Amino acid sequence: MALTPERDAARIIGAAEARAAAAGALPAGHLADNLLAFTRLLRRAGLPLGPGEAIAGLEALIEVDIADRRQVHAALRAVMVHRREHFELFDQAFQLFWRDPEAAAHAAAMALLDGPRPKEEKAPPAARRLAEAMGENRPKPKPPEAPPPRHDMTFTVSERERLQKMDFEAMSAAEIAAAKQEIRRLALPLDERRTRRFRADPAGPITDLRGTLRQSLRTGGEILDLARRRRVTRPPPLVALCDISGSMSRYAQILLHFLHAVANERDRVHSFLFGTRLTNITRQLRHRDPEVAFEMVSHIVPDWSGGTRIGESLALFNRLWARRVLGQGAVVLLITDGLDREGAKGLAEATERLRASCRRLIWLNPLLRFAGFQPKSQGARAMLPHVDEHRPVHNLDSLRALVAALSDRHAAQRGRMAA
Amino acid sequence: MSIPATVEETQALLAAGGYVADRALATTVHLALRMGRPLFLEGEPGTGKTEIAKVLARMLPRRLVRLQCYDGLDLSAAAYEWNHARQLMAIRLAEAAGETDREAIERGIYDRRFLEARPLLQALEGEPAVLLIDELDRADEPFEAFLLEILADFQISIPELGTVKAMTPPVVVITSNRTREVHDAVRRRCLYHWVDYPDAARERAILRLRAPGLPEKLSAQIVAFVQKVRQGDYFKLPGVAETIDWAQALAALDARELEPGTVDETLGVLLKYQDDIARLKGAEAARILAETAA
Repeated sequence: MALTPERDAARIIGAAEARAAAAGALPAGHLADNLLAFTRLLRRAGLPLGPGEAIAGLEALIEVDIADRRQVHAALRAVMVHRREHFELFDQAFQLFWRDPEAAAHAAAMALLDGPRPKEEKAPPAARRLAEAMGENRPKPKPPEAPPPRHDMTFTVSERERLQKMDFEAMSAAEIAAAKQEIRRLALPLDERRTRRFRADPAGPITDLRGTLRQSLRTGGEILDLARRRRVTRPPPLVALCDISGSMSRYAQILLHFLHAVANERDRVHSFLFGTRLTNITRQLRHRDPEVAFEMVSHIVPDWSGGTRIGESLALFNRLWARRVLGQGAVVLLITDGLDREGAKGLAEATERLRASCRRLIWLNPLLRFAGFQPKSQGARAMLPHVDEHRPVHNLDSLRALVAALSDRHAAQRGRMAA
Repeated sequence: MSIPATVEETQALLAAGGYVADRALATTVHLALRMGRPLFLEGEPGTGKTEIAKVLARMLPRRLVRLQCYDGLDLSAAAYEWNHARQLMAIRLAEAAGETDREAIERGIYDRRFLEARPLLQALEGEPAVLLIDELDRADEPFEAFLLEILADFQISIPELGTVKAMTPPVVVITSNRTREVHDAVRRRCLYHWVDYPDAARERAILRLRAPGLPEKLSAQIVAFVQKVRQGDYFKLPGVAETIDWAQALAALDARELEPGTVDETLGVLLKYQDDIARLKGAEAARILAETAA
């Protein structure tokens, strides 16, 4: 018999319950059963709960007055939820479940009766996830998919050369597929940054007294050799803000592939998409399979190929995310053509603030491919004075140049000093 | 004083220490004390996260051991460090005394005498303590990994010496301003609470405790004004700490009630970014004042 986590938890909780009952601390009734059912409900709704949380929940209930609903709520939330983003889901589940333990079964039955409904736009996402969890996981009927197009992925050297110079916008579907293959091969060299940590290294520049002493014991306290160490280096965090408005749609598709490749290759990469709204897609992009990752991204992004409100999106990023992801010397890639629907309202201020909170702000602009590009649009004029670098991204060559620029250790200082 | 038996007693204990906690926070603190689990407090700067540890230390009473985190915080600054100079001296002395047994020398120099305790080790040894690990988000990820052993078992393993385990587990309070996401592994070992801005009633209660002697009318105006500002679209919203500072500043200026002029002159106490001050100064401040008066 395979032990499921639930049965495991039930066993452990049973033991905990017996212990508590022996101590005379546990109230009578089916509290433990209900708590276990509640834990299962939360898990189905997507909260990462293990048996540990269920046991901690039971322990917590012993410590509070279970006749007081608010105490029980606060207690269970403190031990079962570990981040603020999950509070809303938990609160709703708590309301639903502990009002009437039958409610979960009831809601499940209702959901079954309802059958496949058209998408409800009004229900908040937490409520929908909860409803889905209560109605068990019934797979949604999938829309019939066209068979995936097949491409011949082998190309000759000359073909590859042609691809390097080709504008993403002018590519056919087959060429885009080939370009994606190329992008996966674009290894991002590590632009190492010194941290304040050390590791042992016989050729290191710093003497390690603790190591030296330990070595000296082998020779009876005689110090023959100095242990040395050097600083650990690691790449800085990378934050990408990518414009997905209508004018950028062709590039965004390719650049998402680039971001996916980067996000899977190094740690501390945060990715955001913006058009009229700002969406954090960091967790979605971390999925190793690009197709699955993009499927997940497309579900949570509401504004593909719409208008652009760059200023507003950047201001929102500054307010909600800058402090959370730009610490520790992050490099920011701002990917946009600078064509703003709102006439660049607030764009200059938002860009300036963004630059002030990161170590290096790089604007990647596909329009820069035209030799005579002049920052004529209001958006470009507002942003240009506040970025450290302004680079083209329209073909594989320019992506390659970007990779090289990211690994240049001294570019940041130079850029900042020249400004 | 022993650990309180009910949530009400915990709330009263915090109140007696000058901390006005809402129900959810009091429950979380109570559980942390009763279950012996670390408390992980996240929230905007200036919402009173660090203060909880200080009040607990004062009221329980226990000594407060504080570890301020920063990038590059390592073992020798956080937990312990061998005193190499004294160790070398011990080796020389052993030699001078004709000691040749390598084992004996080794045992001799890795003695507790030569170990300098830093905050984490200090919190485990000696009298029961409240351990405050402040602004964990400022430390880097490797440090978090090191914390796991302490948070789960209240012990530190020192390779040369063995495991040091706390006689009485310390009350651990971890705070984070969320400048970086703290790893799930740390969160799972803790009781989590998001410390939010207080509502108007609680903020008035805080002012009564922290700025005594302030005219009731002025206090109500200050709170109403700050609460309105928090609904606005500012880069850095004022926390409770700023409210208290502002109340004290206004008291020092002998203000009887809020007026547009006084507000404009003292905005620097409330808001800490030039853009925010420029937005609020003048017409906007007057508008909020008029709204709160209504």
